[in-house]
Amino acid sequence: MKSVGIVSSQTLHVSTPLNMVCGSVLSEYDIAYETYGSLNAEKSNAILICHALSGHQHVAGFHEGDKNPGWWDDYIGPGKVIDTDQFFVVCSNNLGGCHGSSGPASTNPATGRVYGPDFPIVTCKDWVNSQNELRQHLGIDAWSAVIGGSMGGMQVMQWAIDFPDKIKHAIVIASAPKLSAQNIAFNEVARRAIMTDPEFHDGRFIEAGTTPKRGLALARMLGHLTYLSDDLMGTKFGRELREGKLNYNFEVEFQVESYLRYQGEKFATKQNFDANTYLLMTKALDYFDPASEYGDDLTKALSHTTAKFLVIAFTTDWRFSPERSHEIVKALLDNDADVSYAEIESRHGHDAFLLPNEHYEEVFRTYLTQIAQKDLTAKGEQDV
Amino acid sequence: MSETTLSPEFKLISKWIRDESRVLDLGCGDGQLLSYLKTTRNTTGYGMEIDPKKNIQAIAAGINVIQSNLNSHDIYDYFDEDSFDYVIMTQALQVVRRPDILLDQMLTIGKESIITFPNFGHWRNRAQLLLDGRMPQNDALPDTWYDTANIHLCTFKDFEDLCAEKHIQVVDRAVVNRYHESSILMKLIPNLLGEVAIYRVKRK
Repeated sequence: MKSVGIVSSQTLHVSTPLNMVCGSVLSEYDIAYETYGSLNAEKSNAILICHALSGHQHVAGFHEGDKNPGWWDDYIGPGKVIDTDQFFVVCSNNLGGCHGSSGPASTNPATGRVYGPDFPIVTCKDWVNSQNELRQHLGIDAWSAVIGGSMGGMQVMQWAIDFPDKIKHAIVIASAPKLSAQNIAFNEVARRAIMTDPEFHDGRFIEAGTTPKRGLALARMLGHLTYLSDDLMGTKFGRELREGKLNYNFEVEFQVESYLRYQGEKFATKQNFDANTYLLMTKALDYFDPASEYGDDLTKALSHTTAKFLVIAFTTDWRFSPERSHEIVKALLDNDADVSYAEIESRHGHDAFLLPNEHYEEVFRTYLTQIAQKDLTAKGEQDV
Repeated sequence: MSETTLSPEFKLISKWIRDESRVLDLGCGDGQLLSYLKTTRNTTGYGMEIDPKKNIQAIAAGINVIQSNLNSHDIYDYFDEDSFDYVIMTQALQVVRRPDILLDQMLTIGKESIITFPNFGHWRNRAQLLLDGRMPQNDALPDTWYDTANIHLCTFKDFEDLCAEKHIQVVDRAVVNRYHESSILMKLIPNLLGEVAIYRVKRK
């Protein structure tokens, strides 16, 4: 499979103030984004990808000098499921992120200080509003499709609710209409891990010249637990011992311990993820509940959407199980909306939405091919 | 889709469907029937299908398809009373766990139902059982008794008895052979000569 090749991020500086759900106003901000493929003359072939909790705008291809491609490179590229020969693919870093969009690690233009804990609490609605600025900047009338997994799937729903005439297809993968108490509980433990790290300094760790690595690593370890299925952990690690014998101490003994520590370390040190961003993203997840504005009625919340939906869930995903996707599907059915639903057999738990899987790919590819055949009157400019 | 590749059964069904109606197809397979009804009758609605491969074919046919196993999911988990003008089930009644319950459910979520199934009372089935003393195996019923999805085979008479018991009215019935042709004889003695029945039923 071909790759989109060497890519780089761009930044849009927005000087229209953003009125945020929390009541704060961001007078100006940056949105970091990447694009692949080209926008056709009708500007009808644009797809927006929404990233998950720890994701970012680098979704496909390689940054100069990098060995690893973007986080969804398996699915995006020439001839791939999201075919960049057909579609103009856009992905932006969520506001509050730490990969180039304005966030807690950016400098507050009003004070000249790093935002840190002063960056306003962001919500899905704020993300969609800021992404709408990017849409206008790119000259796109309406997205042919908005696609996202997990937290990204929530953003897709928010797009369909808030800008019904700006989104033709909504592809919601491994997502939920709101977090369960258990989901929120996991987020809270992750936040406590970060905030009780002595290096957290009430969120001013950048100014203190340090990072709450241990807290962030713990938060990531916890996250990983919820991304994998029990079955997969069993077959991947079982009770396998690192040194082949029990040592009766508190060092790493089981392989699963080693794996989790490695993932935590990598996230907190090598990937240099901002701890305040992690806090903000988990909060945005907790707050997401579009039905709450409609008397806790999801059917009502989705009643003004006009997008056609494809909802996908994975059998062993217990973070956002197929039952959670069913809630979305049921609300759409109640509205007589156009919706298709696929339940993919996978052993990989929540992580499955990022991994290769024949059935998943075929459903996804077939749906997008339908869009390309029906909605794109002309093919991409590169075909000319 | 060309007329020639289309199952004649679908054409018969299409004749019974009013324009612009809402249709649910249970066990919609590759979605060809719904796609045909969408084109010829401008219908809207959904297909439901358990098989992942057929699901993909249905998506390719451009219809709304919900992947679901009706033996483990309740249809009321998806649809409320009177959601559809027609609930269709072609060649699937005999594979569900409780056809009688499903029939009730179909006529709750839909105003009318269209059902097709193979006639176990067809003379060839009777002859095989009578003369050979073995469970029938033929073009219409190709599987062995131990490896068949058809766990609730019935005859036209059986089905009509069930309808009578449930106070369900048979509005229309078409009886055809495996090539979906009908004949005068078939109309006279359908339970012996008909291979496939297409019923349109509604609540009395």
